[in-house]
Amino acid sequence: MALDSKIPQGEMDKKWEDYKAHVKLVNPANKRKLEVIVIGTGLAGASAAASLGEMGYKVKTFCFQDSPRRAHSIAAQGGINAAKNYQNDGDSVFRLFYDTVKGGDYRSREANVHRLAEVSAAIIDQCVAQGVPFAREYGGLLSNRSFGGVQVQRTFYAAGQTGQQLLLGAYSALERQVALGNITQYSRHEMLDIVMIDGKARGIIARNLITGELERHFGHAVLLCSGGYGNVFYLSTNAMGSNVTAAWKAHKHGAYFGNPCFTQIHPTCIPVSGDHQSKLTLMSESLRNDGRIWVPKVKDDNRKAKDIPEAERDYYLERRYPAFGNLVPRDVASRAAKERCDAGYGVGTTKMAVYLDFASAIKRYGKIEAGKPGNEQADEAGIIALGKEVVKEKYGNLFEMYEKITGENPYETPMRIYPAVHYTMGGLWVDYELQTSVNGLYALGEANFSDHGANRLGASALMQGLADGYFVIPYTLGNYLADDIRTETIPTTHPAFEASEKAVSDRINKLMSIGGTQSVESFHKRLGKIMWGKCGMARNAQGLQEAIQEIQELRKEFWSDLKIPGEINELNPELDKAGRVADFLELGELMCIDALHRNESCGGHFREESQTEEGEAKRDDSNFSFVSAWEYKGDSNWELHKEALEFEIVKPTQRSYK
Amino acid sequence: MEHYNMNLTLKVWKQKNSQSKGSFETYKVNDISSEMSFLEMFDVLNEQLVHDGKEPIAFDHDCREGICGACSMYIDGQPHGPWQQNTTCQLHMRAFKDGDTIVVEPWRSSAFPVIKDLIVDRTAFDRIIQAGGYISVNTGNAQDANNLPIKKQDADDAFSAAACIGCGACVAACKNGSAMLFVSAKVSQLALLPQGQPERETRVLNMVTQMDKEGFGNCTNTYACEAECPKGISVANIARMNKEYLKAGLNTKE
Ligand SMILES: Cc1cc2nc3c(=O)[nH]c(=O)nc-3n(C[C@H](O)[C@H](O)[C@H](O)COP(=O)(O)OP(=O)(O)OC[C@H]3O[C@@H](n4cnc5c(N)ncnc54)[C@H](O)[C@@H]3O)c2cc1C
Ligand code: FES
Repeated sequence: MALDSKIPQGEMDKKWEDYKAHVKLVNPANKRKLEVIVIGTGLAGASAAASLGEMGYKVKTFCFQDSPRRAHSIAAQGGINAAKNYQNDGDSVFRLFYDTVKGGDYRSREANVHRLAEVSAAIIDQCVAQGVPFAREYGGLLSNRSFGGVQVQRTFYAAGQTGQQLLLGAYSALERQVALGNITQYSRHEMLDIVMIDGKARGIIARNLITGELERHFGHAVLLCSGGYGNVFYLSTNAMGSNVTAAWKAHKHGAYFGNPCFTQIHPTCIPVSGDHQSKLTLMSESLRNDGRIWVPKVKDDNRKAKDIPEAERDYYLERRYPAFGNLVPRDVASRAAKERCDAGYGVGTTKMAVYLDFASAIKRYGKIEAGKPGNEQADEAGIIALGKEVVKEKYGNLFEMYEKITGENPYETPMRIYPAVHYTMGGLWVDYELQTSVNGLYALGEANFSDHGANRLGASALMQGLADGYFVIPYTLGNYLADDIRTETIPTTHPAFEASEKAVSDRINKLMSIGGTQSVESFHKRLGKIMWGKCGMARNAQGLQEAIQEIQELRKEFWSDLKIPGEINELNPELDKAGRVADFLELGELMCIDALHRNESCGGHFREESQTEEGEAKRDDSNFSFVSAWEYKGDSNWELHKEALEFEIVKPTQRSYK
Repeated sequence: MEHYNMNLTLKVWKQKNSQSKGSFETYKVNDISSEMSFLEMFDVLNEQLVHDGKEPIAFDHDCREGICGACSMYIDGQPHGPWQQNTTCQLHMRAFKDGDTIVVEPWRSSAFPVIKDLIVDRTAFDRIIQAGGYISVNTGNAQDANNLPIKKQDADDAFSAAACIGCGACVAACKNGSAMLFVSAKVSQLALLPQGQPERETRVLNMVTQMDKEGFGNCTNTYACEAECPKGISVANIARMNKEYLKAGLNTKE
């Protein structure tokens, strides 16, 4: 099938307006007859479901947690971007668009990114109307801060709990629709297959995770809002349950996978402490507003941070990138940390960490506070105390989290941080309408590949998830369903449902009957080691080829020596996890194939063979200015389709943050 | 931080499903590092159980960062264990020492029936939110956000109430199994904000009615909920809700 991205004609800043003006509509009486399935209740799923419910569609939502409110979006910390220009610092829709295309290292689709920037302001309005308690100034207006890769302050936040507050807003809108009878909500349910009828997605098979029963659900359309797949690396900042299963099932039914190798490694996470580690904890990018990153100037310096004098510290980001300093984009900051540690300048017991230091911010804020009436008496210690208060107000919960995990007090000693897997820019390929290459099957939020190119800017995932759910899908879905108003609800006794349920059931039985000796967890860990070592922060052809081989072998071993205790027809977390790891074992291979094929560096994808003299990522626009969309053709077999990227407005150049 | 290893005895509630009667089982785990989180210690135990051909212990968890509200263990007589303002997933093993015996149970409350082992059914909380824990504004109906200035203090107070993670520790901590802290946190957040005014009265009445319907107990002001809340949600919210409820009751009777 040829790829049609369905980008509307016309000027960049008119495309979405025009699209909305001419899109097909579904009248209210027909909406009531149309059923929509939404997989996932994170920002993307909850906002989509609530909006569609409000419009009058009959919606069903699914999530594997015990409540929609616990979707992984809840964990987002730092903030959400919007081109409001409330700070009068020169922000605009154009700048947000420009920053995002550049930040993505010219591997995203301009038309989608422009639309994202256009709707960003309305997201903030909507959330405030729902009662989301964003941070405010004394005058009662909204407060902003900066994130990496930009020179304006456009990030809205609620302390270090922005995702929580946004999700609770969307969740409340969702629950309101449940109360009104427009949405039926299924928690502790996992989607395990898409049901295809006449070439269209027409429903799903879901497993009730409490009873183990398989259920059939019909929908005129299916929306996948199932999040990212960073857990393929085993260790990541994602929640333990985050997985690729929903997207992978769709992939096997013909949905192309876009740019699977584009992974974001976040520069500031708490370093690995030992083999027992089950996940990694993010320290929000917002900390780089005030924290300064450094390592000692000499190798293997074993002194404590506070014993290393100023002149013997290397603030390497400020040194290498004076224009953006500590606020360079994530891919750049992560690689720079790795470079220092690999060269022997790392700190801490493992030497795989750098410092994130708040001492100068504490002093700076303390002095400002001391200048305010009533504080004139403050001496040196008093100034520090005042400064700590300010820092606490801004980042208190993050500092507490750090202390709980490490036992160290970051107000006194600098944090130790290291990059970790955080986000996946890749995902299901979608067109401008967020439809995958399967008719009637849509992907929203982190589950799609759409807006972030090869590197996502901080605070843009929340924006994208809510843009997709609140402001894009309500229009684009209607354009599809308008032609479907004559399709009656298809009974789930239809042979396609039967066949699909049988396939799911066979696979579960197969997993349970392996009867081997090794746990799911142990396989997942081994897969993670391969992925991190060979398809992580730096990649090369030889390593990727080895990884493909190793993953294939590991997958064989999995299917012959896996051990799952318990039964099928009961709550069985080991079985749930086995299904997810089985899918990761296939996805991992595709990621390596994609990374091997993309013989250039761009954004978070760093091929060692392709770098500038200063060690920066070197793109190859003449050969790789396209989206890789992979079609599943059977075991270890994929066909590559290319969506050429055309840049009308933001002309690709070597990205520079110097 | 000095690290150390420890050997522990665990007494954990095992219950096959909601119908069966549960009981405590005793397990030994060795060489647990003080750097591990409490749930990582459970991972080690579960790996050991799978290896020995036994059923692992089922427990709820997801973010492991103290924000999703999934984890819910009653550890040595306290919801979320010995640390103040902390979730189970953020509890670290340096809270324990070599040779300790640790008792782990699920949340206990008739409104939270046990599903399996340490997992309980908290869908009652969703239904309470459905009864009114929202502002009725459809997508696309909002004015510019800065057209509505909100006093910083009100915004901050609303945020403090909204920080509730819905874990249910308050219910588990309360001898009456009351959900007042949870419900009052949502009622307060929305009552403090101008956006919440139009539905202020119906909200509190409907949410309280639903709370009672779900079988949560009465509040007798023991404040155990506040003491055990991982997010430090204040009982001042309960006082505010009581006032809101009285006022709403009077107004609707008129
Ligand atoms: C620690 C952390 C901090 C972050 N901070 C920020 C930030 O400050 N700003 C920012 O912009 N971004 C941030 N991000 C990224 C951002 O949070 C995510 O990209 C975004 O929330 C994803 O939302 P989503 O709706 O696409 O998916 P999710 O929130 O991941 O939701 C996925 C949903 O799908 C469901 N699901 C998945 N598979 C199935 C299945 N098979 N069957 C049924 N249901 C299923 C889940 O139950 C869940 O409801 C952060 C990410 C992390 C990890
Ligand atoms: S696992 Fe999310 S709060 Fe503990």
